[in-house]
Amino acid sequence: MNALKIVRITAWAAIGIITVALLYVLLNPVDREQGTGVASIGGPFRLADHNGQLVTEASLRGKPYALFFGFTHCPDVCPTSMLEITNDLNALGNAAKDFRVYFVTVDPARDTAALLKEYTGSFDPRIIGLVPKDEAELATMARMFRAIYRKVDTPSGYTMDHTASVYLMDAKGEFFGTLDSKETPAVRQAKLKRLLDRR
Amino acid sequence: MSRLNARLRNFALSLAFLPLMLAGSPAFAHDYKLGDLKIDHPWSRATPGGAKVAGGYMTITNNGKEADRLVGGTLLSAGIVEIHEMAMEGSTMRMRALPQGLEIKPGQTVELKPGGFHVMFLDLKSPLKEGETVKGTLVFQRAGTIEVEFKVEARGASGGHEHGGHGGGHKH
Repeated sequence: MNALKIVRITAWAAIGIITVALLYVLLNPVDREQGTGVASIGGPFRLADHNGQLVTEASLRGKPYALFFGFTHCPDVCPTSMLEITNDLNALGNAAKDFRVYFVTVDPARDTAALLKEYTGSFDPRIIGLVPKDEAELATMARMFRAIYRKVDTPSGYTMDHTASVYLMDAKGEFFGTLDSKETPAVRQAKLKRLLDRR
Repeated sequence: MSRLNARLRNFALSLAFLPLMLAGSPAFAHDYKLGDLKIDHPWSRATPGGAKVAGGYMTITNNGKEADRLVGGTLLSAGIVEIHEMAMEGSTMRMRALPQGLEIKPGQTVELKPGGFHVMFLDLKSPLKEGETVKGTLVFQRAGTIEVEFKVEARGASGGHEHGGHGGGHKH
């Protein structure tokens, strides 16, 4: 009789512990914080553009824009992305006439302002190169946008791995979404149109 | 002054004959055989302003009984040529040199294309322009070296699906 009582108390205690644990997991405040984590892409950056003008997150307030991390020694993804966005902007016509796309180089050692100007200008004048002045400035910028870049050695030098998404930022400087090469032009242009229409 | 005029006239004449020269060139037959290997349609893309790199693409079939490897090559306008592989890992573009080259097993067809394996042209001396062909070579471990011509297609071209058709009708 005594043994049965112990078993019953233990069982109730176990149920109690499990209930408390479940409630804790369900109502965990850490979870709630993670739910808004997306909004933390972007931040108060300051970088020189390919004309030597300072571009800051604050100076871009009021206008939506796009941002891409790339480099000119990039045979495929960077030119393809820049060509796609050029075509998208042209398809959107007048609505996109003041839209800007910022091409942040992840290879400031080789990509000078002059080179970036020539490179981006051969796609569309609305694409503007941003040139981190050193590794630290680049690292801060990439961290803000949760972008990855990595130097990879090759037999004759090096290349760069990098995040290849086009970031879309709204007029408040908040993250709106990304464009992806795998998407159709119609999908990308619909996203851009929604971004441009949002005020 | 008259020498300049003569030069201009020569230049104009050579321009006039350019389409004929291009049409007569073997570039438009555009597949190559080297031993047991068939190399189909080497091509590249027009480069953006200031760009010093480009990818070279083609399809290679090994009809032999032994594996071979594409280990290198040259391009007239490139200082360095390497064999690379590109891959997307989620939203991250990853690029790797293949120092051992690219293996083509017996009976296998390997496609070098945007987003995957490619010949990496580095240190370009002049931009690649749409419509031109650029001479180069490909070097295989077993089969040896072959001279090829890379056809430069538009920026953003995905290539490789218009075989045989780019003789007379191609825009110059």
